Amino acid sequence: MSEYLFLYRGGSRPTSPQDAQVVMQQWMTWLQDLAKRGHVKDQGQPLEPTGKVVAGKQKTITDGPFAEAKDLVGGYTLISATDLSEAAELSKGCPIFDRGGSVEVRPIMKM
Amino acid sequence: MEPFESLFRRESGRLVAALTRVFGVHNLSLAEDVVQDAFCRAMEVWKFSGVPQNPGGWLLTVARNRALDVLRRERTARTFAPELTRLLESEWTLVPTLDEQLSPHAIKDDLLRMMFSCCDPRLREESQVALVLHILCGFSVDEVAGAFVAKHAAMEKRLTRAKKVLAESPRLFDIGDAAEFSTRLPVVLRSLYLLFNEGYHGASAEFAVRTDLCREAMRLAALLQDHTVGATPATDALLALMCLNAARLPARTDPAGDLLALADQDRTKWDRSLLDEGERLLQRSARGPELTTYHVEAAIAWVHANAACAEATDWRQIVALYDMLMAIRPSPVVALNRAIAIAQHQGPDAGLEAIAAIEDREKLASYPFFPAALAELELRAGRTASAQRHFREAVRLARNPAERRFLEQRESACVASAEE
Repeated sequence: MSEYLFLYRGGSRPTSPQDAQVVMQQWMTWLQDLAKRGHVKDQGQPLEPTGKVVAGKQKTITDGPFAEAKDLVGGYTLISATDLSEAAELSKGCPIFDRGGSVEVRPIMKM
Repeated sequence: MEPFESLFRRESGRLVAALTRVFGVHNLSLAEDVVQDAFCRAMEVWKFSGVPQNPGGWLLTVARNRALDVLRRERTARTFAPELTRLLESEWTLVPTLDEQLSPHAIKDDLLRMMFSCCDPRLREESQVALVLHILCGFSVDEVAGAFVAKHAAMEKRLTRAKKVLAESPRLFDIGDAAEFSTRLPVVLRSLYLLFNEGYHGASAEFAVRTDLCREAMRLAALLQDHTVGATPATDALLALMCLNAARLPARTDPAGDLLALADQDRTKWDRSLLDEGERLLQRSARGPELTTYHVEAAIAWVHANAACAEATDWRQIVALYDMLMAIRPSPVVALNRAIAIAQHQGPDAGLEAIAAIEDREKLASYPFFPAALAELELRAGRTASAQRHFREAVRLARNPAERRFLEQRESACVASAEE
């Protein structure tokens, strides 16, 4: 088994609490199912859309990230799978696709 | 776990009421935004971590933190509740003041204040009910529109206008002022009664019975009844009426969601505990000098609830109660129900006579159960052709598919009996 990071990018924000509830329940169902099948190492957390970016030799601090909404990372989950293609396959159940978002599947580098 | 919808509906009303008290009623929409934002954030986190043991407590904490941000960020740009301004301005008193306002005891008061504020006599009854559903029950504009069979745009306009009236009042209603309280209480009770009825008899597009509306009305009436100032005999009577009618809900529709006539209902399906609670409240309501329509309507429901079957109903008593109701608040619908009770008691022709004597009968012209009542009585008197004609008219007036199916079934039963 190897580890993979799911990075959730973009996806429209819920329009109302009722809508947020629908989204929440879809995510919970999906993640609970993955956990039941032993694929979840760390369910992860959501990220605030705002923050700071520190860059350059001068270590300049700016407000950011200034990624477009569709590229903004909104959360992450640490997954275990036999290989990259299984990990990618597992991501397909993610509710983010219904809302115009994407999942970036990245293998954790091994020594 | 409690269904999420009911959690949201309960907590949303509590939090909006409490934050409106802190922000000032002119900042109602800010309070709504903060609460909405708190919900969306909480769910953003819960989609990863799962719903915590005490989601209500969590929502309160998130809303509190958001409110604190807003109070700090905007205290120079905005004025908040005038009576709290000083306390909110200083960092020394800001947090304790907010926490005091968000204590369970304070929230209970604020909910009631908001309920009374929504029932502003400057607003039409349907706007009051819409506002109650939207603000206190957390119904979205679409859901409120659905509850009243209105278009989204029309409901949005109605709510916006109503909120403007609310936001223009100097402060939330003062439940401590005994005189103002007792003047406003009947308006509030009426509004909750209408909400319950909309669920019970409503003209919803899909469902004949909207149990969620009935449940919300009962929840709010129970909140009122639970508060020292709200527990009046009239409140008891209203809640009794709701309990006694709601007890019949499980038997009121068949498994397909179609309406069943009272006579055809399986009375073993009636909810015993609600009937007992209704009876207890009805007994308790019999104090003080005032006899409200709620007392009488609850008594009618109680007589029905205590009959083992339709035939065993004490119709004489029901007619007497309808007479009383006509004396307090006459209406053609009450007169029609009285006529139906007379028919049960003295035969179909007596009932038809009573219907013919209803003064403003023309107001019932678009009410499907008016021709349906005529049809039932004609049928019982053996005049099937006339009965059929009235049933056809009733079908034409049906307001939702369940009503239509119910009336169509009655019509075909009528055809069948004509062919016998």
